[in-house]
Amino acid sequence: MKKYILNARAVCYAVALIVLLALPRLVTPYHLTLMESGLSLAIMALGLNLLLRYTGVLSFGHGAYFAAGAYAVGLLYMYLPDHFSFENAMLASLLVSAIISALFGLVCVRHTRVFFSILTLALSMLLFAVLEKAYHFTGGSDGIRIPIPTFFGYEFEGMRRFQFLCGPYYYIVVGIFAISSLVMLAIVNSPFGKALQSTRDNETRAEMIGVRVKRFRLYAFIISGTFSGLSGGVWSFVNGHITPEICNWVFSGEVVYMVLLGGFMIFEGPIVGAVAFTYLRLYAVAMTEYWMLIIGATLIFLVLALPGGITGGIFSLINRLKPKSA
Amino acid sequence: MLQVQQLQKSFGRFMVISDATFSVEKNEVVALLGPNGAGKTTLVNLISGHLRPDSGKILLDDRDITTAPAHVRIAMGIARNFQITQLFEELSVLDNVRNCIFSKERKSGRFFKPAGAYKGEKEEAMSILQTFNLDQFALDLAGALSEGDKKILDTAMAFALKAKFLLLDEPTSGVATSDKFKVMDTIISAIQKQGTATLIIEHDMDIVAEYTDRVMVLAEGRILADGAASEVMENKEVKETLFGVSD
Amino acid sequence: MGLIYALNGVYFAAFLFLTSLGLNIILGVMGILNLAHGSLYAIGGFVAAFLVGLMAQSSLPVMVLVSVLGAVAVAGVAGFVLETTLIKHMYRRALEYQLLITFGILLLIEDLIKLVFGGESRYASAPYDAMGSLDIMGHTYSVYFLFVMAVAGAAGLFIWWLMVRTRLGIMLRAIEMDREMAQAMGIPMRSLTIAAFMLGSAFAGLAGALVVPTTPAVMGMGMDPLIMAFIVVVIGGLGSMKGAFLGSLIVGLTRSFTIAYFAELEMPLLFLIAVVILVIRPEGLFGQK
Repeated sequence: MKKYILNARAVCYAVALIVLLALPRLVTPYHLTLMESGLSLAIMALGLNLLLRYTGVLSFGHGAYFAAGAYAVGLLYMYLPDHFSFENAMLASLLVSAIISALFGLVCVRHTRVFFSILTLALSMLLFAVLEKAYHFTGGSDGIRIPIPTFFGYEFEGMRRFQFLCGPYYYIVVGIFAISSLVMLAIVNSPFGKALQSTRDNETRAEMIGVRVKRFRLYAFIISGTFSGLSGGVWSFVNGHITPEICNWVFSGEVVYMVLLGGFMIFEGPIVGAVAFTYLRLYAVAMTEYWMLIIGATLIFLVLALPGGITGGIFSLINRLKPKSA
Repeated sequence: MLQVQQLQKSFGRFMVISDATFSVEKNEVVALLGPNGAGKTTLVNLISGHLRPDSGKILLDDRDITTAPAHVRIAMGIARNFQITQLFEELSVLDNVRNCIFSKERKSGRFFKPAGAYKGEKEEAMSILQTFNLDQFALDLAGALSEGDKKILDTAMAFALKAKFLLLDEPTSGVATSDKFKVMDTIISAIQKQGTATLIIEHDMDIVAEYTDRVMVLAEGRILADGAASEVMENKEVKETLFGVSD
Repeated sequence: MGLIYALNGVYFAAFLFLTSLGLNIILGVMGILNLAHGSLYAIGGFVAAFLVGLMAQSSLPVMVLVSVLGAVAVAGVAGFVLETTLIKHMYRRALEYQLLITFGILLLIEDLIKLVFGGESRYASAPYDAMGSLDIMGHTYSVYFLFVMAVAGAAGLFIWWLMVRTRLGIMLRAIEMDREMAQAMGIPMRSLTIAAFMLGSAFAGLAGALVVPTTPAVMGMGMDPLIMAFIVVVIGGLGSMKGAFLGSLIVGLTRSFTIAYFAELEMPLLFLIAVVILVIRPEGLFGQK
C-alpha cells in the first residue's frame, strides 16, 4: 500500500514538473511571472509547514527570514556591486537568513507554544522597525531596487527585465523550487523528521526516549528560516524591488494563510496554497479595496469549516468516493 | 547495577520519600509494592530524572547520577514507561518503536535518507513488535490502538531503548485480565534475554508472585521490607500496610 | 527635565497598563492569546475620534465623557460579539487554531474599520487642547497627560476592587487558577468567559480612546500596542496585576528615556529587555511557573 502511494506521488511530481517546464509555451508571460511569484513563495510556505505540521509550532513572524534573504540580496547589490552575481546572492540569502533564524530561534524555542507564536511575531516586527528606521543603510521604506544579476559569469546582455523574467529566470525559479521541495521531502521523511513529529505529539515522551526537544525545535526553526530566506532571495528578482513591508505582520500572516489555504496536513499543501494565494490576492485586490477583509473572512472560514485546506478537502473527497479497500 | 541510598523527597511540608535505600542487580526483576499514594511513582520519577531528590544518592553502575538530567540518564541506559500511556499518537506503531531505536543509536538527527531506508532499524523495530504481538498493527496510527495494546506499545518502546535498567510503572494495568499473563510473559522473557535490571510497580499479587525475583514494599516513605516474595508476604507490618490485616 | 521624562514614562505606562491588563485577563481566564486585542484598541480609538468630532460644540467634560464611554461601550460590545460568534468555537481546538482565528479577526476588523470610518486618519485633539497645560518646576506640561495617568490609575483600582472584593472577580480568579475545579464548583463558565472577554476588550478600547487626542487614529494603530502589551505581560509575568503595573512602568520609563536620548534605540532596547528577562526568568517578574 505504501509503495503504491510512493509511486503515485512520484508520478504526480514528474507530471507537475513537465507541466511547469512546458508552461512558457502554454500561457501568457503575465501568468509566468505570477507562477514565479507563487513558486518562490511556495518555498517559504514549505519552510513554515515544517514548523507547523511537523514540529507542531506556529510562527507568525516568518516574514523576518524572508526579508533577511531578500535584503541580503539587496544589500549585496548596494555595497558589493562588483560581486553581484546570482550565485553570490543566493549564498548571501541562505547565510543571512540562517544566522537570523538561529538568533531568533534561540529566543523563541525555549517557550511554550503560546509565547512562542507571539515572540516570533514580536521579533519580526523588531526587524521591520530596524529595516524601516535605518534609512541610510537599507533605504528605509523606499526599499532597494534589484536589477538583473550575472549568472555564473554570464551577463544577460541587453535583455530587458520582462524578457529575463519570462525567459531564463523562469527556469531558474522552477529549478530552485524543485530542488528545495525534494530537500524538504527528504528532511520530513528522515529520522530527524520523525523525531520532530514525536516532539509534536508528546514532548514528555520524546524527552524520555532521548530526543532533546528544544534543540530539535531549534534545528527545525533554522531550516525553516533558511528556506524562507532562500524564498526571499529568489523572489527579490521576480519583484525587482524590496521594501520593509515583507517583514511586517501582514505579510507573515499571509504566509500562514497560504499554508492553511493549501492544507497543512499534506506535504504538498503549502505549495498549492502559495500558488492559489497569489492568484486569489490578484483577483481580490482587483475586485475590492477591502481584500484584507476577504483574507480575514476566508481564514476564519477555513479554520472553522475546512481546517484541512484545499488538499485536505480533495483528499477527504477522494476517501469518500473510494470504495473501502479490503 | 542501580543503587539508591537514603533518598529523600518532600513536596512542600509533605515528605513523600523519607529514606529509601535499596539496589537492583543485573538480571533481577524486582517488584515495588505499596499502598496508593505511598510514593511509588515519585520514586520512579526520582530514578528516571523527572524529579530531583532533596538528599541522598542514586548510583548507576557505581556512577553518581543523582544530579544528572533526564536525557543524560537515558543515554546512560535508564528507560521507563508511563502509568498513563504516553505515545506518539499521530505516528505509526512502527514509527513509535523505531524512533526509540534511532534515538538510542543517536541517529535522530540524520536528515538525509528517508527513515524507511534504514533497514537494520526497521527490522529491529519489527522484531520487537513481533515479540510484543503488535506487528499486525505496525502501519496503523498509535492513536488507533485499543487501550490495552497502547499499554503494551508503551512498554515495548521502553524496551526498545535497550536499557540497562528498566522502570515499569504498572505495565499490566488497563490490560484485560485474561491477557495479563500473556503480556507479562512477553515482557519478562524479553527482559531476561537481555539481562536488564528491572523494577516493576505492580498491584496484582499473582503477577508479582509469578514473575518477580524479589519484592520491596514502600510505605510511609520508607522501604518496609525487601526480600523474596514468600518471606515479605508473611511480614506482619507488610500485611497491615498492604491488606489492612492485623493479627 | 528628568522629571518631565519620568512623567512621560508614566504617561506611556498608563496606556501599556490598560492594554496589558486587558490581555492578561483574557489570557489568564480564557487561556487565549487574542491577536485581535490591538484591533479592539483601534476600535476604541476610531469611535472616540468620531465622537469627539460629533461633540465639537459641547463642553469639555461632556466631550470627554461621551467619547470615552462610547468607545469603551463599542469595544465591549465588539468583544461580546466576537466571543459569542467565533471565539467560543476555539476552546476545544488546538492552540494554533485559536491564534489563526484571532489573526483572521484582526484582518477582518482592520478592513471593517476602513469600511466604516474611511481609510484616512482621524484627528481628535479637542480634549487635549481644551485641557491646557500646567507649570511643573519651570516646564509646561499638558494636563491631558496627567488626566490619562489618573484614568489609568482609577482603572487599576477598579480592577483590583473587582478581583478582590466582588463575587464576579473571585469567580474569575477561580477560573484562572483551576478551570476544572471552577467548573466542578458550579461556576457559570459561559457567562464568566464572555464577561472576561468583554472586560478585556473594554480596557483595550479605553486605551485606544485615550490616545486619540494626542495622536490621530490611523490604520494599523493597534499593532504596536499589541506587541508592547505582550512585552509588558512577558516582563511582568502572566496573571499578575502587580506584574502588569510594574512591567508597564519599566517599559514606559525605558521608552521615555530612550526616546529622549537615543531615539533610534527605542524598540530594540525594549525588545532586548524582554529577551533578557525571558532568558533569566521566563515566567516574568511576578508570574507563576
